Amino acid sequence: MTLIEAQTPPPPGVPAASRGAHESPFRSALKVFVQNRLAVVGLALVVLIVVFSFAGPLVYHTDQVHTNLDQVTMAPGSGHPLGTDSVGYDELGRLMVGGQTSLEVGLAAAVIATLFGSVWGAIAGYAGGLLDGLMMRVTDVLLSIPTLFFLLLMATIFRPSKPVLIIVIAMVSWLIPARLIRGETLTLKVREYVQAARGMGGGGLYNLFQHVLPNAIGTIAVNVTFQIADAILAIAAMSYLGLGVPPPEADWGGMLSDGVNYSYSGYWWLIYPPGVAIVLTVVAFNFIGDAVRDSFESRLRTVRG
Amino acid sequence: MTKFTLRRLGQSVLVVLGVTIVVFVFTRLLPGGPARAILGPRATPAAIMAFDHANGYDKPLVAQYWVWLTHLVTGDVGYSYKQNQTVSSLIADRLPKTLLLVGAANLIALVVAVPLGLLQAVRRNRLTDYTVTGVAFVFYSMPLFWLSILLVIFFSIDLGMFPPQAPQGGFGDVLAHPSGLVLPVLTLTLVTVALFTRYTRSSAIETLTQDHVRTARAKGASTTIVVLRHVLRNSLLPIITMIGLTLPVVVSGALVVESVFNYPGMGLLFWNAAQTQDYPILLGTTVVVGVATALGSLLADLLYAVVDPRIRAAR
Repeated sequence: MTLIEAQTPPPPGVPAASRGAHESPFRSALKVFVQNRLAVVGLALVVLIVVFSFAGPLVYHTDQVHTNLDQVTMAPGSGHPLGTDSVGYDELGRLMVGGQTSLEVGLAAAVIATLFGSVWGAIAGYAGGLLDGLMMRVTDVLLSIPTLFFLLLMATIFRPSKPVLIIVIAMVSWLIPARLIRGETLTLKVREYVQAARGMGGGGLYNLFQHVLPNAIGTIAVNVTFQIADAILAIAAMSYLGLGVPPPEADWGGMLSDGVNYSYSGYWWLIYPPGVAIVLTVVAFNFIGDAVRDSFESRLRTVRG
Repeated sequence: MTKFTLRRLGQSVLVVLGVTIVVFVFTRLLPGGPARAILGPRATPAAIMAFDHANGYDKPLVAQYWVWLTHLVTGDVGYSYKQNQTVSSLIADRLPKTLLLVGAANLIALVVAVPLGLLQAVRRNRLTDYTVTGVAFVFYSMPLFWLSILLVIFFSIDLGMFPPQAPQGGFGDVLAHPSGLVLPVLTLTLVTVALFTRYTRSSAIETLTQDHVRTARAKGASTTIVVLRHVLRNSLLPIITMIGLTLPVVVSGALVVESVFNYPGMGLLFWNAAQTQDYPILLGTTVVVGVATALGSLLADLLYAVVDPRIRAAR
């Protein structure tokens, strides 16, 4: 029906566990991951950004609550390494605080969306028949409404705040993992070990959580990383459309959309730092996701011989 | 083929119905219901009751949905009290312009991304592949409004080549000023290219490992012949699905691009309506965009079946 389902790899002839007993699948996956230079770069970037956002304010003290209208849009210089923004916040300090919001909301939304989507897709794929058809039509319907239209509609009803942003972004993000995991479940549920578990009297839910979902962990892990990246972009887009966290809270998208108002004034320090921060973070998570996928796939490849 | 077409058509009807149900539920979720949304926060309870009665909002939900649905089918999408215009007339004015923007971006992106993706697959894990992957990642990772502004700073402010604002007016006026179209289309194209190269690359890599490609190689065909004759044709199939799948993403992108460049399309209409809380426009636009996207992916799937005989046989 879709590209995603068409791409689901065919079941390899030999289950992963029968491979050399001395090396766990996760270990060999880890090995491939570490060998991938882009993945290491991505991981290092993420660590750097997390430390910058969360530990940075402990070292670099700035007031990110009270505006300071005496010192607006000051160019980078002594006291303000990245200048100040349109209401006098120190831009570097704000970058740290904004990073916290973007990372927290992105991670929370991605985890909720992937967990919910995985369970939804696994139940649909495992149950099959009418229930499957019904559940997948629900995802089709929601996928037909472009994300930003949906987000804007939600935001006219709910007042934006961190928890609301998380829920709203998760509500539009669970659809892709649901489809992916459904496709994976379709191939997993006919495997011998799942059939055997069923034959020994394992119930549907038991099989689902004990055998199907754990074996789809590769797809799920890959998806979380991509979802974090997409969620961070979604937060930025929502802030630009005026639906970000309310001040004095900040996020990179909000800083950026405030900064682009000054594109004619040449205040480059308001236009580039938050943008670069978003790009670096999103690229880093994409690198990691790609590498995780490669490591799980190459594991399957070596199994197939 | 007929069976597949009918099955897929049936699914699409369900999906379109689903979209209308979702939007209908939204009208119920509005703070204070549709009457409050249209009459404003200071409307008296009596006025709200009168409005509800006049518009049938005091009937059972199912009956209301049925009335709303029959109106939709006859092209009555709603009435914007703030703009004092029917929503359908607003959409009729805006939709062609968004189709132009999205269509142009998709078309140019295809022409650029398919050869690039093939090149990446052939030169897998070499400098060319890494460079294109890196550039695609960066474009994909840029918030679209930021990319738009950077292009404006470079092409409009620094070089003065293209105007920073899209042409205004009707469809003809927009077409008559192609220079104003360059930056909106370019922005959307760059992101679409980033999406398309990833799909094309992975699709082509999969094709390259298949037996018929190896056979062609073994028979002495050059790389160019193998790619053009064996890989391209087989990789084109998933690309059709890809266009259908990425359509919602590109339409979302169009919303941002339209609001940055003040491009008078559906996205700008929707965004302005969100800011003025013009609910009839918000809901009407969502229905139309949702249905159009569902039909777009239906078209892609049917096209896929036309091109790929295996799909026809399997169902």
